[in-house]
Amino acid sequence: MTDIGPLILTAKLAAVTTIALFLVGVPLAWWLSQTRSAAKPIIEAVTALPLVLPPTVIGFYLLIAFNPNAPLGGFWVSVTGDTLAFSFAGLVIASMIYSLPFMVQPLQSAFEAVGRAPLEAAASLRASPMDAFFTIAAPLAGRGCLTAGILTFAHTIGEFGVVLMVGGAIPGETKLISIAIYEHVETLNYAEAHALSAILLAFSFVVLLSVYALNRKFPIHVG
Amino acid sequence: MSADTLDIRVRVAFPEFELDVDERINLSGVTAVIGPSGSGKSTLLRAIAGFAAPAEGRIACGAETWFDLEASKRPRINTPAHKRPVGYLFQDGRLFPHMNVASNLAYAVKRAPPGGPTPESVIDALDLAPLLLRRPSSLSGGERQRAALGRTLLTHPSLLLLDEPLSALDDDRKRAILPYLETVQTRFELPTLYVSHNIDEVARLADRALVLNDGAVVAHGPLQDVLERLDLSATYGVFEPGAVLNGVVARQDTDSGLAQIDVGAPDLLKAPLSFALQTGDKIRIRIRARDVAIALERPQRISIQNCLPARILEIESAAESAMIDILVEIGDQHARARITADSAKELGLIVDQDVFVLVKTVSFEGRV
Repeated sequence: MTDIGPLILTAKLAAVTTIALFLVGVPLAWWLSQTRSAAKPIIEAVTALPLVLPPTVIGFYLLIAFNPNAPLGGFWVSVTGDTLAFSFAGLVIASMIYSLPFMVQPLQSAFEAVGRAPLEAAASLRASPMDAFFTIAAPLAGRGCLTAGILTFAHTIGEFGVVLMVGGAIPGETKLISIAIYEHVETLNYAEAHALSAILLAFSFVVLLSVYALNRKFPIHVG
Repeated sequence: MSADTLDIRVRVAFPEFELDVDERINLSGVTAVIGPSGSGKSTLLRAIAGFAAPAEGRIACGAETWFDLEASKRPRINTPAHKRPVGYLFQDGRLFPHMNVASNLAYAVKRAPPGGPTPESVIDALDLAPLLLRRPSSLSGGERQRAALGRTLLTHPSLLLLDEPLSALDDDRKRAILPYLETVQTRFELPTLYVSHNIDEVARLADRALVLNDGAVVAHGPLQDVLERLDLSATYGVFEPGAVLNGVVARQDTDSGLAQIDVGAPDLLKAPLSFALQTGDKIRIRIRARDVAIALERPQRISIQNCLPARILEIESAAESAMIDILVEIGDQHARARITADSAKELGLIVDQDVFVLVKTVSFEGRV
C-alpha cells in the first residue's frame, strides 16, 4: 500500500503557499503594473530571480537566513520557539520565494492588459482606487488571477531542490511527494516510486489541462 | 445653474510644445474647446478631471480648489480624480466590458451623491431602455456613447466634461446622437466643456468657445464672436471658416421641403426641413464662408434662393492666398464670405459698403 502522507502534505503546502502568495503577490503585481518608479526594473529582476537561480542557491541562502542567529531565524525562534529550518513553516517561506514569479508575472501582465482606461472611467464615476481595484481591475484580470493561482499551486507541488535543502525528509512535517519519490528510487523501491510518480504525472496533466481549457472556454473580455 | 466660474491656470510640458493656459471659464451652458488635434485640448480636460497633474498651476471650480501647485504657496492641493464632482465622457465611452448597460449605470448611481437625476429620467432622455440588458461589446458606437453619457449623468456631476465624444462615430451616427446631447443640455442644464476639433459639431450646442492652438489660447468668448473673427483663419486650418446665425423657424413648407428661418433680416432664410423642427423653434445655423457669395445688387433669375441685405464690416486678405475673407453684418448678426481677391477688386468692395449676401440653400443641410 502506498504511503499517501507525502501526498497530503504536498497538497497542504501547495494550498498554503498559494494563498499566502496571493496576499503578497497581488499588491506587488498591482504596484508593478501601475508604477512609473525608477525602481520598477530592479523589483522585476528580483522577482524573476527564482526562475534562473539553481534551487540549491535559493536553498543555501534560505538555510543561512533560517539560522537562529540570523535576524529572520532568530525572530521566528523568539515568536514561536521553533526553528524555521526543517519545519513546515520554513517550507512555506521557501516555496513562496521559489514560486514568486509564477504568481507575480501572470498577475502583472493581466493588470497591465486591463490598462489605465477602465480605471480612469471608474475614477470619473467616483470610485476610489481601492473600490476600482476590486470592482473593475480584479474582475477584468480574473483569468490572470486564476492562471497565477493554478500555476503557483502546480509549481509548488513540483519543487524538489529547495525543499530538499531547507526541509529534509521528516515524515508528516517536511517529507513531500518529490522527496518521497527520490527516496524510493534511492532504495530501489520502484513500485512505490512508480505509484507516486504516476499520481504526480496525472495530477499535473489535469491541472494544466484545466488552465488551457479555462482559457478557451472563458476568453476574457478586456477593452 | 449658478454663475460659478472655472479658473484654470496650468502648464504642461510636451516634447513638441507647452500647454500654457490661464483662463476663467464661465460655468453656464456649453463652452466648446476647439483646436486642431495635438493642440492640448484633451490634456486640458484631463487636468481638470484630475487624470493628469500639471507641472504647475491652479484649478479651482467656484470656491473649491482642486489643484494648486506653486513654488511659494503651501500646502499643495491635488484632489484625486474620484473626489472631483466632474462627469467625464471619454472618446470611446469606456463602458465596463464585464457589465451590461444596466450594471454600468448602477455603478454610477451607487457612488453618486444624493440629489442627482433619477435613473428613470436619464434612461428616458437618452432612450436607453432597449439597451439595458445588453453588453457593451454588442452595442454600436453611437449606442455605446449614449449609454456612457447616461452613466456620466448619473454620477450627479456639477461639471460635465465631454472629450471628443463623437469623434469615433461616422457622420450618420453623429447626426443621430447630437439631438441627445441637446436634450441633455435642456433637461439637465449642466455646465459643460465640450472638446472637439470639428466646429460644425459644437456650433449647434455651444454658447461660448475657447480656441487652442499649439497649447495656447488664441480666442475665448461667445461662440458667435469667436467664429466670425477673421484673424483665426490660420487656427481654423482644419476647420471650415464660417459663422453662426441665430434664428427662429417662421414657417415650414412641406411641399417644397423647406423651412423658412427668420434671422432678423428683411428676408427669410430657406433651409431644408429637419424632422425635429417646429415653427417657433429657436435654432442655430452655421454657414460656411465658402457657401456665401456677395453681390452689389439683388440678382434676378438665379438658382440661389437666399439673398439678404448686408453691410461689410471687415475685409481680410492673406498674403499668399488668392482668397479673401469678408465679415458682413446681417440685421444685428454676422456672417463670413470667402471670395477671390480678384472678384473683390473687380466689385470694388470696401468696409461699410452695403451689399447683398447670397447663401446656397443646400449649404444648411444637416446643420439645422
